[in-house]
Amino acid sequence: MTTTVVTGLGVIAPTGLGVDDYWKATLEGRNGIAPITKFDASGYPSSLAGQVVGFHAADHLPGRLLPQTDHMTRMALAAAQWAWDDAGLDPAQLPEFSAGVVTASSSGGYEFGERELRNLWAKGASYVSAYQSFAWFYAVNTGQISIRHQMRGPTGVLVSDQAGGADAIAHARRQIRKGARVMLAGGVDSSLCSWGWIAHLASGRVSTADDPRRAYLPFSADARGHVPGEGGALLVLEEETAARARGARIYGVVAGHAATLDPPPGSGRPSTLEAALRGALADADVHPDEVDVVFCDGAAIPELDRIEAAAINAVFGEGAVPVTVPKTMTGRLFSGAVALDAAAALLSIRDGVIPPTINATAAPDLGLDLVTETPRSLPVRIALIVARGIGGFNSALVLRAA
Amino acid sequence: MTRRVVITGIGVIAPGGIGTQAFWNLLTEGRTATRPISLFDASVFRSRIAAEVDFHPEEHGLTAQQARTMDRAAQFAVVATREAMADSGLTIDRPDRVSVVVGSAVGASTSLENQYRLSSDDGQLDPVRYDPAVTDLYRHFVPSSFATDVAWEVGAEGPATVVSTGCTSGLDSVGYAADLVREGIVDAVVVGSTDAPLTPITSACFDAIKATSPRNDTPATASRPFDRTRNGFVLGEGCAMFVIEEREHARARGARIYGELAGYATRSNAYHMTGLRADGHEMAEAIRVALHEARVNPDDIDYINAHGSGTKQNDRHETAAFKKALGSHAYRTPVSSIKSMIGHSLGAIGSIEIAACLLAMRDNIVPPTANLTEPDPECDLDYVPITAREHRVDTVLTVGSGFGGFQSAMVLTTADRRLP
Amino acid sequence: MSTTEFTLADLCRILTEAAGADGSTAISDDALDTEFEELGYDSLALMETGARIERAYGIRIAEEDLAAALTPRALIDLVNRMTAAA
Repeated sequence: MTTTVVTGLGVIAPTGLGVDDYWKATLEGRNGIAPITKFDASGYPSSLAGQVVGFHAADHLPGRLLPQTDHMTRMALAAAQWAWDDAGLDPAQLPEFSAGVVTASSSGGYEFGERELRNLWAKGASYVSAYQSFAWFYAVNTGQISIRHQMRGPTGVLVSDQAGGADAIAHARRQIRKGARVMLAGGVDSSLCSWGWIAHLASGRVSTADDPRRAYLPFSADARGHVPGEGGALLVLEEETAARARGARIYGVVAGHAATLDPPPGSGRPSTLEAALRGALADADVHPDEVDVVFCDGAAIPELDRIEAAAINAVFGEGAVPVTVPKTMTGRLFSGAVALDAAAALLSIRDGVIPPTINATAAPDLGLDLVTETPRSLPVRIALIVARGIGGFNSALVLRAA
Repeated sequence: MTRRVVITGIGVIAPGGIGTQAFWNLLTEGRTATRPISLFDASVFRSRIAAEVDFHPEEHGLTAQQARTMDRAAQFAVVATREAMADSGLTIDRPDRVSVVVGSAVGASTSLENQYRLSSDDGQLDPVRYDPAVTDLYRHFVPSSFATDVAWEVGAEGPATVVSTGCTSGLDSVGYAADLVREGIVDAVVVGSTDAPLTPITSACFDAIKATSPRNDTPATASRPFDRTRNGFVLGEGCAMFVIEEREHARARGARIYGELAGYATRSNAYHMTGLRADGHEMAEAIRVALHEARVNPDDIDYINAHGSGTKQNDRHETAAFKKALGSHAYRTPVSSIKSMIGHSLGAIGSIEIAACLLAMRDNIVPPTANLTEPDPECDLDYVPITAREHRVDTVLTVGSGFGGFQSAMVLTTADRRLP
Repeated sequence: MSTTEFTLADLCRILTEAAGADGSTAISDDALDTEFEELGYDSLALMETGARIERAYGIRIAEEDLAAALTPRALIDLVNRMTAAA
């Protein structure tokens, strides 16, 4: 079977622009959660978010792309460029149809959408932008990236709430197996505008704490919900032989994936999360004992944390594997979450260090070995990423050293 | 041993009729369902016509709560799923072996716009108002809720997702689902696509780029694919859902099989978010790859279900693509666009077109291209104008093209075909 | 109504708002008869530009006329005709 490797990373996160800034901040345990400045959130019950700071789109993108793009697409386009630079590849130089892109999405270009809805209803139909038809829709990042980098190969856009990033990376691996030379995969997301914010609040899962250090505390006794964030990552995927032939630096292998859906609440049937974890390990042909670290979903809702801890303990044994939630530094990034965790996992493999979960303290009864406060140094060969989304989505991804 | 993927159930909600039979009757009779927009006051818009579905959720078995809390597109998906499941006779004994994949281009945009109006006092409030009593907003905000709705309806616990590649979502969702079966991840998928985009913001954004037809005085003949006088597409809405299965799984339970999902591919034009180059180069490549995956020769294609949106650019673009991919056989093959009758329902239409292809294979009837009375010299294939045609159909090509530059192609064949 | 002439500078300003710009956005007098497409403005950019001109000057430009205005000079002349008639 074809082996799919990761040869490039483009990261844009509340804690840093680019892989190096992000990883340095992550190992330092820097908190990217702060009071919202992008819009006036003072009137809402929650007003903290993981905002990307210091990103000036005009510094990274052609001016011609600015009027037609939402903030999240601008970040995605920047991350795509960084990923190709990191991989040392320019897809426009590759044979036609050999490069493709699969992104995860959650709510499309929502800030752009809010502005055009306001134009329509406050001013009139003739005020709606000519770019609205595609700047809001879920496929926009895949489309804009394919155009900017002249990628005519297979494309895709998947929406499975916060689990979608794993599905996108797995779908890109599928395209490599079918013969694509190189794929860009992952997700970059943002819905930090007032109209997006009330949708987040409607989920009932957003923390109402106003201290950034006490707001997002997965697996803690005082877990009280999550903090939304923005950003994500895009990964360059290649078939291993071709990557080695061109002398590419290889971060790791996309070894396994599986996804499941939970039954509806009240059905009396159990969560299917454990099956997703086992499925991903089986797909990777990896025994649980071989896994060095689990990047958890970390919902920070007590009941959901218990379900996740139980699934991990069922697969690995209680406290038998180090687990971490670097999302505590960025907030939950929706379709960007898994790709950012994947980047962190690959950097963990590279550097032999597990990034910490900040602010949280594992509730003892969960039986987890949560890496808190400071990074833990140890050889990392195999990492499991767990992602869960509202609506029952479970997805798991196994990455291993090349 | 290759796992082959077959379709065993169809459910359709389309303008002009709810249910597969009503849909097929409309197409084979060549009737059109395009009319003045009644779902909202469209009087301020340039294009004020659409192909609407007469849909009353509670008459179709949805509860009052479902009618209130689910977006219209999600309601379509659940009702069409019930028809597809009943049609296939599948009972789900192993929830982990069944997936759900739903395609949608614009998700719950109708509900989102309605809620935006309430939360902003029609655009006056910025920031918008938060009302803790509005608890359904998140499900509209992230349309993967559509996959959850369908999966919880049927009791599936395999991988679930929404495929949202704009106007090729209807093909791409089914192509994605076929891979899940072929790879052995699951044995069956409840898959299809839905969109209910008839809402002011949709009209406004297509008005702004003059993509939709302004033929407001003659709505019944406004959608004119391949006609010299075509002047844009007519918006539609609807949904088609399928049960697809691994072929031996379907045979073992004695299921009626509509056909095989033999090949599929999607490619990108990497050119423009809305524009198409005239040469059809990337769509031709998608067709070639889909034919290759299906192990079908260009000459084997009996019918092409065109994207045929009725924009100037599109119809020329895909005519070129058919010639490029099929050579001279393109001239010998009937081609038609059912968008002439039921409009363009964005992400849903690709799945609805797959349903039309399966029924064409079942009945050996090619649906027509309605309203094609003045052929465009630049579109010089056999578009089956006005009237359905009896024609042996064993192998079908269906294509889609959409914003973002996405070009998709799918090949469907009869299920008992021997692979070469 | 309006007697203020719509100038090349006005067009450049609105094109920049509508379509964005890299570096200098000035269209030189030499380029007045160069087609927009060659200047790097696609049909979407021109539709957005047309809508912005209509709103800013309170005029309606017929779709066929806008589509037929292929160069800066043609568009400027068209807008001036419409504002004079308004």
